[in-house]
Amino acid sequence: MFTKKTNLLALAMLLIVALAAITASSWLPFSPAAISPEQRLTGPSAAHWFGTDDFGRDIFSRTIVAARVSLSVGVIVAVLSTVIGTVIGLISGYFRKVDFVLMRIIDGFLAFPALILALALVAALGGSITNIIIALTLAFFPVMARVVRSATLQVKNQSYIEAAQTTGSSHAVIIAKYVLPNILSPVIVQSTFIFAKAILAEAALSFLGVGVNPSTPTWGNMLQEAQIYVTIAPWYSIFPGLAIVITVLALNLLGDGLRDSFNPHQAKRKRKTKLA
Amino acid sequence: MLNYTIRRLLSVIPVMLVVSVIVFMIVHLTPGNPAFLILGEDSSPEAIADLERELGLDQALYVQFFNWFSQVITGDLGTSVYSSQSVTSLIAENFGPTFSLMALSTVILLAIAIPVAILIVALRKTVLDPIFTSVSLFGVSVPEFWLATLLVLGFGVALPIFPVAGYVPFAEGADAWLHHILLPSFVLAIVEVGIIARMLRDSMLDSVNQDYIKTARAKGVKEREVLMRHVFVNALIPTTTVLGATVAGLLGGTVIIETLFTIPGIGQLLVDSIHRRDYPVVQGIVLFIAGIYVFVNLLVDLLYTFLDPRIRYD
Repeated sequence: MFTKKTNLLALAMLLIVALAAITASSWLPFSPAAISPEQRLTGPSAAHWFGTDDFGRDIFSRTIVAARVSLSVGVIVAVLSTVIGTVIGLISGYFRKVDFVLMRIIDGFLAFPALILALALVAALGGSITNIIIALTLAFFPVMARVVRSATLQVKNQSYIEAAQTTGSSHAVIIAKYVLPNILSPVIVQSTFIFAKAILAEAALSFLGVGVNPSTPTWGNMLQEAQIYVTIAPWYSIFPGLAIVITVLALNLLGDGLRDSFNPHQAKRKRKTKLA
Repeated sequence: MLNYTIRRLLSVIPVMLVVSVIVFMIVHLTPGNPAFLILGEDSSPEAIADLERELGLDQALYVQFFNWFSQVITGDLGTSVYSSQSVTSLIAENFGPTFSLMALSTVILLAIAIPVAILIVALRKTVLDPIFTSVSLFGVSVPEFWLATLLVLGFGVALPIFPVAGYVPFAEGADAWLHHILLPSFVLAIVEVGIIARMLRDSMLDSVNQDYIKTARAKGVKEREVLMRHVFVNALIPTTTVLGATVAGLLGGTVIIETLFTIPGIGQLLVDSIHRRDYPVVQGIVLFIAGIYVFVNLLVDLLYTFLDPRIRYD
């Protein structure tokens, strides 16, 4: 699974970003909160690699520290959406009696563009990190539920499931022992994409001014503050944006790579048609 | 097919019902008293009680939902707390710019995605294909507000070709309209281009080796004509379905793009109303956007059966 070059590259990129964020306080050249008015909005230099912001704070340090919130929100949203979506998808795919009702509810959630639903929910709940995680989870779990349901429907028709049913295994045992392990690959791929989308959505919410408290450095908050200075201090906008692009790109690369690794037949067929 | 059409039309009812419940619940998720939040901290208890009665907040939840829902069905989305205007008329006033933005983005999107996909398939044995795959992946990884910022820096500030903000209605001159809306539409479109182009490419590559294509080649049809008349036309069918999802992406994107370029559309109205805690407007716009999305997907599904009569939904 991790032998493919792109998978390794993507994983390495993510690990570097995560490690930099976790260990930041021990090696950062400046404190991300240190204000120095005389250094206001200076461009990239040997001392301040990414330049300074409107309070003279070091943008490099802030970009690294901001990764903590952005990555944490992404991970938590991905995990919660995966767990909730998987449970609903399994129930819906396995027990056909509740399928119709559950899927109509999921259809209702899917009728909102994810960002709009998240925006409305944050507007109602208020912009704390917890509420943003709740809003984004509600926006992204329906996709996972759909993916899990269709995978479950495919697995359910396999003869080993029938065999387990005839031997008298309970539904819970069948789901846990036979269905779940066989649908894990689409779940893992999808959760990678949700992770990526959650980072983008969190940044978009902060940019619209309804996200994480502006005093907390997140990539979205930094870009929002940078917006007014974009013509006089373009570096302020460029570097936090690049941090988002690199992280999200790595996640999308990983998702794509994992999908190919899990579906070797399909990937091979793709390569063949490419050469035809 | 008639049977399918009727069933597909009916399937909208439960979806819109669930959508209504979600939209209704948004206001009731608010911690604390909505009337207090709308009026602010200095408000008197009498004023709060009055607004509560006006908004129907003093009744049981299911009664409130029923009252609200029976109004919504007749097209009455309530009244703005901020401007005392009806939400329906506010949406109607602000929909022009949003519609312009979405229509032009869709045109730009297709005008770029279709030629790119054809080119990639025609040159599939070259290095162009892996390059395209990487670029399209890059496209879905860029936050659109950041891309917009960079483009504004490039084409609004460094090379002042386009205005960096504002909107001119089409009625006041097509030139000025296009001049103001071209850059925002481009940003909105470019984020989705990779998805559509890649979908087109994938489905074209799937059909490149099909028997009917081989037959066409064996008959001596030129490769160019094979691509355009057979491969491309058949790839359009699966792509129409993604177009439905793309509309959702565009609708979400308009909120950001309108805020960034100060275009007075429903996206900006939504963000402004959130900051003003004008919940009836927030509810109305969210419901309206979900309605458009459900409607577009309905159209796409019906178009799909029309384009490909082999598809039967049993």
